[in-house]
Amino acid sequence: MYDLNTYLIISAALFSLGIFGVMTRRNAISILMGVELILNAANINFIAFSRFGGMNLDGHIFALFVIVLAAAEAAVALAIVINIYNNMNTINVDEASAMKE
Amino acid sequence: MNNIFINYSLFILFLPLVAFLIQIFIGKRLPRQGDWVSIGAISITLILSISMFVAMLLDYDPGFKHEASFTWLDMGAFKIKLGFLVDNITVIMLLVVALISTCTHIFSVKYLEGDIRYSRYFAYLGLFTFSMNGIVLSNNLISMYMSWELVGVSSYLLIGHWFEKDSAANAAKKAFLTNRVGDIGFFIGIMLIYTAIGSFAFTDIFEGVAGGLIAGTTLTLAGLGLFMGAMGKSSQFPLHIWLPDAMEGPTPVSALMHAATMVAAGVYLTVRIFPLLTPDALLVVAYIGGFTALFAATIAITQNDIKKVLAYSTVSQLGYMILAVGTGVYTAAFFHLLTHAMFKANLFYGSGSVIHSMHHALHEKHDHDTDPQDMRNMGGFKEKMPITYWSMLASTMAIAGVPLFSGFLSKDAILAGSLSFAQHHPEHFLLPVFGFGAAAITAFYMFRMMFMTFHGKPQMPELINDIHESPKEMAGPLVLLGTLSVAIWYTFPHLNPISTHGSWFTTLVRPIDSAVPGNLTALAIESGAHHAHNLAMGLSIGVAVLGIGLAVLMYLKNVLSAENMGKRAGFLYDWSLNKYYFDENYDKYLYQPTLRLAKKISWIDWELYDKYFINGFGRVTAWASRVSGKFDYDIIDQLLVDGFGRIADNLGSILKKVQTGKLQNYLLYVTVGIIILMIIQSF
Repeated sequence: MYDLNTYLIISAALFSLGIFGVMTRRNAISILMGVELILNAANINFIAFSRFGGMNLDGHIFALFVIVLAAAEAAVALAIVINIYNNMNTINVDEASAMKE
Repeated sequence: MNNIFINYSLFILFLPLVAFLIQIFIGKRLPRQGDWVSIGAISITLILSISMFVAMLLDYDPGFKHEASFTWLDMGAFKIKLGFLVDNITVIMLLVVALISTCTHIFSVKYLEGDIRYSRYFAYLGLFTFSMNGIVLSNNLISMYMSWELVGVSSYLLIGHWFEKDSAANAAKKAFLTNRVGDIGFFIGIMLIYTAIGSFAFTDIFEGVAGGLIAGTTLTLAGLGLFMGAMGKSSQFPLHIWLPDAMEGPTPVSALMHAATMVAAGVYLTVRIFPLLTPDALLVVAYIGGFTALFAATIAITQNDIKKVLAYSTVSQLGYMILAVGTGVYTAAFFHLLTHAMFKANLFYGSGSVIHSMHHALHEKHDHDTDPQDMRNMGGFKEKMPITYWSMLASTMAIAGVPLFSGFLSKDAILAGSLSFAQHHPEHFLLPVFGFGAAAITAFYMFRMMFMTFHGKPQMPELINDIHESPKEMAGPLVLLGTLSVAIWYTFPHLNPISTHGSWFTTLVRPIDSAVPGNLTALAIESGAHHAHNLAMGLSIGVAVLGIGLAVLMYLKNVLSAENMGKRAGFLYDWSLNKYYFDENYDKYLYQPTLRLAKKISWIDWELYDKYFINGFGRVTAWASRVSGKFDYDIIDQLLVDGFGRIADNLGSILKKVQTGKLQNYLLYVTVGIIILMIIQSF
């Protein structure tokens, strides 16, 4: 049906979209969404290599770890965003620059 | 240490020390200022000494000896052992010390009543008794030396008891320093012996001497070194100058220390070390002793202060003992030490009683200028102070060498010894001359003192009604010691009062052979003295009668005028009265040059050493520290330390530009970095 390259191309596309989102958006939530895309691109890679690389279930397990990690990361990041909003009344990351020199 | 004698002597040694510690720290707060603590402790000591003495008598063995020692200092090859030696001599000496010390404690209760440093006085008496017992009980030179110095300290403290008086403070200083001169010799002697033999214990030393480990000149010098210590403590010429001044101390102290016990320590030491003295050393000892005996007696003739007479008499009697050691009859020296302790302590108590009475009588009259010790103010006290008079008379008889009294026996033994020595060595005929001359003079000046004090018309008639017998605390010791001046105690169990032959003393204290090879044996000494005994006895009775007769004629019957005699003697009278100008000459030829030298040295020290050397060092140091301070600030601090800081600062200000605070920038750097890495990787 589809071979490894197909998955890698989809994964690369997804990764690029993620990077693009992270780098261009000013909105913290959008950045977080970009990060989720990057992580999922990595997941697709894991599964694809696991399926076509003859690596048994290792890739699946890693993918599960990444999902758990993504959930944790999203929870922490959203909490930070809420706090930023509470303190600065914005979620624009460029304006949250109090630690700049 | 489970020996009963050793245990007893431990108690005897340390009880007075305990009393001293209690008295010095809390004595003032105790009722009666704690005199009962001291008296209690010393009484127990006396009881223990008496029981030891009785045990020794029951044993009745000349070889009676107990020894115990322990290692005090252990530094590998260098070991110091301390220990106790209890033999007949020790036991007798302990009894003397305890007895006189107890009498002194009791006597002092009234004599020092109301004194501002009453408790401290008793504390020092305890310290003295402890250190004196330490000397007596030592079986080695090193602990004897320690106790020796402690005795010196307590002597210093007690002479200076009334240190508000300049004369007392100076006398204390003089006593201490003069003793130091002797002690240096003592220490040199100890070191000479230790380097040759490697031990401080008497038994080891005598074995070493007998084995020839130390001999000839070295041994003579070592013996003379030790004897120098004895010269200082026993106040022998030329170190005799401190003892008469020491009379500035309270009279009971004079009785205890400067008559009966402490000054006898020197004699005790020479008796102990007798076996190691070479014939040469003994000759020096004999001449110093004999000369001191005569010389001090000639001073005593003209003194008017009752205590000064007794002081010079003590110096003279100590000279006798030293003479006896020098001529080999050292058991006679120890015998004289024993009898002298009793009668001389009693004479001092008697004089204390008279002075006390005079002091009170003068106080009644509000007369504070008259000297209560000057015999020219006394006279006619016999009726007023009968106990003092009779007990002092007994002791005077004893010291003058009247038969039936103790002094006769011991003096006779000494004179017989010196006579026998001169018979063996005719070139030393001066020694018995010294001895008999001193005996005659002693009889004279002692009766002069008695007559001036107790007989004749009162010189200050207004005082005589206020002169009273002293209280029972003072009369008790007088009666006791007066009784002990009688010969019978010393001839026991034989009752022949003019010979000690077969008495407990001569049986128990036997001469031992000298350890020096070739020296006289004990037997030779004894038989020599025995042969000379009868001649010596006749002569000594003769000189005593001569002396007493002259005193009777001059001071009792007033047949011969003392003043005319004094005038006719011319410069001799002046010399005697002024103690041969010893103090003045010492001052002129010894102290002043020493002081001048000290001032010169002090000038060098201050003007040269201190100003140029020490201050120079200071200036160099200050300069060096300024330079190094500049280096530290300019180079280390400013350049190095601050330089690092500035480098970090500059680098930081460059690098901080990267920190834009924009999240995307950081991510961009990361992405670009990864892309660059990938590009590099692909080549």
